[in-house]
Amino acid sequence: MMRSRLHVPRPPARPGEKPDFSYVQVSPAGAAARPDPNAPLSETEFLSKEMVRVLDDNHRAVGPWNPHLAAADLELGLRNMMLTRAFDDRMHRAQRGGKITFYMKSTGEEAVSVAANMALKPSDMMFPAYRNQGLHISRGLKIVDLMCQLLSNTRDMCKGRQLPVMYHSVESNLFSISGNLATQFPQAVGWAMAAAIKGEDRICATWLGDGSTAEADFHYALLFAQIYKAPVILNVVNNQWAISTFQTFAGGEGRSFASRGPGYGMPGIRVDGNDFLAVHAVTQWAAERARTGAGPTLIELVTYRAAPHSTSDDPSRYRPKDEEKSWPLGDPIDRLKGHLRNLGAWSDEQDKAVEKECEEHVNQAWKEANTYGTLTDGPQLDPAIMFQDVFKEETPSLARQRMQLAQELKERAQK
Amino acid sequence: MTQMNMIQALNSAMDVMMARDPGVVLMGEDVGYFGGVFRATEGLQRKYGEHRVLDSPIAEGGIVATAIGMSINGLRPVAEIQFADYIYPAYDQIVSELARIRYRSGGDFCAPVTIRTPCGGGIRGGQTHSQSPEAIFAHVSGLKVVMPSNPYDAKGLLIAAIEEDDPVIFLEPKRLYNGPFDGDPNKPAVGWNSHPKGDVPEGHYRVELGVADIVRPGNKLTIITYGTMVHVCLAAAEKAGVDAEVIDLRSFVPLDIETIVNSVKKTGRCIVAHEATRFGGFGGEILSTIQEECFWHLEAPILRVAGWDTPYPHAFEWEYFPGQARVIAAIKATMEAT
Repeated sequence: MMRSRLHVPRPPARPGEKPDFSYVQVSPAGAAARPDPNAPLSETEFLSKEMVRVLDDNHRAVGPWNPHLAAADLELGLRNMMLTRAFDDRMHRAQRGGKITFYMKSTGEEAVSVAANMALKPSDMMFPAYRNQGLHISRGLKIVDLMCQLLSNTRDMCKGRQLPVMYHSVESNLFSISGNLATQFPQAVGWAMAAAIKGEDRICATWLGDGSTAEADFHYALLFAQIYKAPVILNVVNNQWAISTFQTFAGGEGRSFASRGPGYGMPGIRVDGNDFLAVHAVTQWAAERARTGAGPTLIELVTYRAAPHSTSDDPSRYRPKDEEKSWPLGDPIDRLKGHLRNLGAWSDEQDKAVEKECEEHVNQAWKEANTYGTLTDGPQLDPAIMFQDVFKEETPSLARQRMQLAQELKERAQK
Repeated sequence: MTQMNMIQALNSAMDVMMARDPGVVLMGEDVGYFGGVFRATEGLQRKYGEHRVLDSPIAEGGIVATAIGMSINGLRPVAEIQFADYIYPAYDQIVSELARIRYRSGGDFCAPVTIRTPCGGGIRGGQTHSQSPEAIFAHVSGLKVVMPSNPYDAKGLLIAAIEEDDPVIFLEPKRLYNGPFDGDPNKPAVGWNSHPKGDVPEGHYRVELGVADIVRPGNKLTIITYGTMVHVCLAAAEKAGVDAEVIDLRSFVPLDIETIVNSVKKTGRCIVAHEATRFGGFGGEILSTIQEECFWHLEAPILRVAGWDTPYPHAFEWEYFPGQARVIAAIKATMEAT
């Protein structure tokens, strides 16, 4: 008798087992063709299966996707990635030292944000996820301002209301990060629809993780984006892991996340997310589509979450220790350094100097940020601030509660 | 002044706002070419173009999410959710996003989105076309929540809602679209043309959010209600022959506590009536407020008149609906209590 059998996906390796990334289909660098950004879907569909790669194993830039960036731009990208990593490492330590309550590193995923930003205009809008700090850093937000948010101190842009890493910047066109997953995806589409309604030439980009593609919001976003040909770039950062949940539980088994794109009628591009040049190239390609009215593009950035999900997570409980060392696409910073060395634009001395520079920059900023207070020491936010911004104007009932709290705090102080 | 039913008044509000502000856009299922299943947006796409009156896919979560994104980009979207019963796929976007954007960004971003949605029963809609979910939105900090009970208020409140820089959930009691309804399904339907609140100015005017309306002054009993139940309570008070003051809340958030408290202090007796299920309903909030503010003025326990704590059953609509008999019973009990 035939019976159905429930298929429960599992990752290729658990703790104590040998890492196995044979499931990751990797195309040779330079192999994927580069169709015209406005080519019909049938001529771009292969991009959802292959993998766009520019940097080969010898760190040379090859093939039709080479964005031919100037060495100075590459160096800027590298510096921003290095600064992001230094910031992450320092903030992770700060959390371990009890200075901040929570942190999320982007180690190994820096190119995903930094290269994409370089391919877009500063006037373009971004709806980031929580592991896109490379966007904020490469858009020029001050490290000290990011730290003040992490500390919920007197200079916190969120006025003490958000969990660490939920930054925003109106001036830099970075939307407020939500702690709820995937919600930003269809919002970004709405932003882009408005740009089209108003006839602006600005476009929008947004990011989420492979795990978050399981949310309905992901599907709403693709549907609305394609229906209205919204000028938006939809990025899926496939870093293989959603906390302990392997990407197969979001439907990554057998088909790429990029292939969701053609399913909705838009191009989906699978790209080597640790290849700075490739990420830049596909973002530029998608931006050209958006700016010329051709509509949205779904980009799957294949990368690996080398860090724990957050400071509350211990990946050694669900995946092999040091699994990232076997990751077939290497490390984005090492690879771009290798490329710059090939070009004669990076030396050991520079490497050491920039690393030190980043470290000092971060340490200096951390010192300054602490002078504006921490959750426990130094200058403190007035708790009455919690009643602001619920609405544009305080309602009478909120005003009453604010006064009640003031009384409570007065009595507490007298005790 | 022109005679308008509630649909025409809502349509006029959107028309006025679209003409005044090029950032106002409408979106929702069937709202464009067709003009909406209740006709609230009829003619507006023809007048303002398909870029400003957008037909949306059947995806409420996507409608609200994209409306939020548009508002971040400077537009002032008015999203229609075809029935309040369909709003739940958008609940996450409303509660976790729309309501919080100003707060979580320290006031740097705001989302001036109005969500219009028909609610309430009395149209044989069964349990998926009759719900009154005001309490589950009023409970969320960061949302303004309103419900008009007549064409004049509907237009003025909707204009005020669209002009708000905060998100507004705008609930429309669909049984009142075409005329006031006093709770008796056996009487012939009456239109708004014979009702004073069916006289509606053609141009721009506002009914401010957070201001209740005393629709019947009285001295012996306060009846606090809103939506369809305003008309049921007015009829019940008349029949019971009680000198009752009937207050139409119009707005849940902000709540006009002053009008409520002043009335109950004057009358000493109070009932709260709504169509929504009783348990956890908005009536509980009113009762709490009254006992906090007016306890020593009360001469009788405050009673609630509400829908039963069941889904809205198709076959038993008029056994479910809190009609005049249920209101009159509460009036009597309250008046007789010593």
